[in-house]
Amino acid sequence: MTHPIPQGARDILPDEMRELRRIESTLREIFASRGYGEVSTPAIEYDDVLSQGDEGAMDAAYRFFDASGELLALRTDMTIPIARLAADRLGEADLPHRLYYIGTAYRAVSARRGQLREFRQAGVELIGAEAPDGTAEVIDLLVAGLDEVGLNRAVVGLGDADLFRQLLAELGVEGKANDRILDRLAAHDLVAIEAEAGDLAGLGDDERQLIVQLSSLRGGADVLEKARAIGGVAVERATSRLAETYARLVEMGIADRVQLDLGLLRDLGYYTGAILEVYDPAVGQIIGGGGRYDALLGRFGRPLPAAGFALYIERVHIAQAEEERLARKRGAS
Amino acid sequence: MRGVDIAHRRGEGEQMRLAIPRGALFEGCLDLLDGAGFDTSELRSSSRSLIFDLGEVSIVTMRPSDVPTYVEAGAADLGITGKDVLDELSDLAVYELADLGFGRCRMVLAAITGDDSLERSARRLGFMRIATKYRRIAERYFESTGRQVEVIEVKGSVELAPLVGLADGIVDLVATGRTMRENGLEEREQISVCTARLIANRVAHKLRVDEIDGMVERLREASS
Repeated sequence: MTHPIPQGARDILPDEMRELRRIESTLREIFASRGYGEVSTPAIEYDDVLSQGDEGAMDAAYRFFDASGELLALRTDMTIPIARLAADRLGEADLPHRLYYIGTAYRAVSARRGQLREFRQAGVELIGAEAPDGTAEVIDLLVAGLDEVGLNRAVVGLGDADLFRQLLAELGVEGKANDRILDRLAAHDLVAIEAEAGDLAGLGDDERQLIVQLSSLRGGADVLEKARAIGGVAVERATSRLAETYARLVEMGIADRVQLDLGLLRDLGYYTGAILEVYDPAVGQIIGGGGRYDALLGRFGRPLPAAGFALYIERVHIAQAEEERLARKRGAS
Repeated sequence: MRGVDIAHRRGEGEQMRLAIPRGALFEGCLDLLDGAGFDTSELRSSSRSLIFDLGEVSIVTMRPSDVPTYVEAGAADLGITGKDVLDELSDLAVYELADLGFGRCRMVLAAITGDDSLERSARRLGFMRIATKYRRIAERYFESTGRQVEVIEVKGSVELAPLVGLADGIVDLVATGRTMRENGLEEREQISVCTARLIANRVAHKLRVDEIDGMVERLREASS
């Protein structure tokens, strides 16, 4: 007879743990070498405090009451707690704050294959540095981290969280229809955007085509030209923001590791401007994400521009294993 | 060792993999591939093989409801399956790129012709008993229309359930509605219209841009 543990949670035995720790210490070293200091926050927090950061992110939170009836929540990511920490505890320190973390977060997802309810993240937060320099610094560190853990084929997708928000405002789409389209875009359900009636009925065919076209643009610098050709104020703003960041990446010599992607949308609401996703060709899942969150610190009373990323350690580990397997296969053939 | 190396994850520079469903949509998929300039003769003649090499793309065949699972995991870069499957498995994270138009069916609520047990159960018991293979679609539909139901999931011929008193009605996919009529059932409400859709793995969509976009374009053109 065995004793069950909840789905989506795992025991880790020495062989795997050794490899996970190797990833973590590699990342710890590179983060520290770039002047980032490690922080730790509690896994449990007050629900209303985390919700103040981003209510949507807390949709998937595990919640419970403590002995005095306070509603507590397990953190669903590390960025919101660290924004709280930076707002409350680092008021006297010089800007920018360079912080990193390695920790576990918790989400109440249905535990399908590979979907973890408890997962490990390693990432950085650069607080008090504006776009595009701050964004470029974070991407540079992300690429260096990927190289250090052996994922030198990994690619960073770079998009703009405000593009569609502003574009929809420009097209006069508001309220529920707006939320619904952003939802569909985040899921990349182009058929719904092209054809769906109902909430989207206010949208003309040309406008739908424009949205579908824009959200399919991904690649190198030519993407920005193609987007500009489509036109509009929102597109112009987003592409100039992306172009500035991209120019920095070119200077730093890492532009070939970054893919511009106008269709990139993350499901977390606190992102503003640049957003990031990390892919490795050997795995079908996203292995990390991040972006700018210039409004998040303000919600904790200390408005500061900020950017960061998180690598999902378990998935980085899978990617390492797959890359090694593919390399062996290539070597054998 | 032909066709057994179903690597569950993909590497760059490898052949693109397209998952297509055996069953009702299979013929439509082959016609579409023909129209897009692929040679599907081997697919048409061999019913046992699972993997077919068409040169620039390899085709893997499977149950319709497995297509999104393979695509989400990246075991296939692209897939074709019905909207009914995607609606039922809506928590799978795949990109839906195009409506391919063929395989048009409707998801409907049906009950015994002339019988009022749906209404009677709703009024007297407070809920209707609905048999279906599409639990989530049924639950979502009745919730969105403010009605309480007890969903009974069955795997085989759903039409049987109301005939022998397992359920007051069924939620099922109909093409012509003939099977339903032959079993003395009638359509009461249309829930949605379902056609074949082209889906993509999220990472493949990002990393194999030209191949994916090229394939999407070819299939789109062939479908219009």
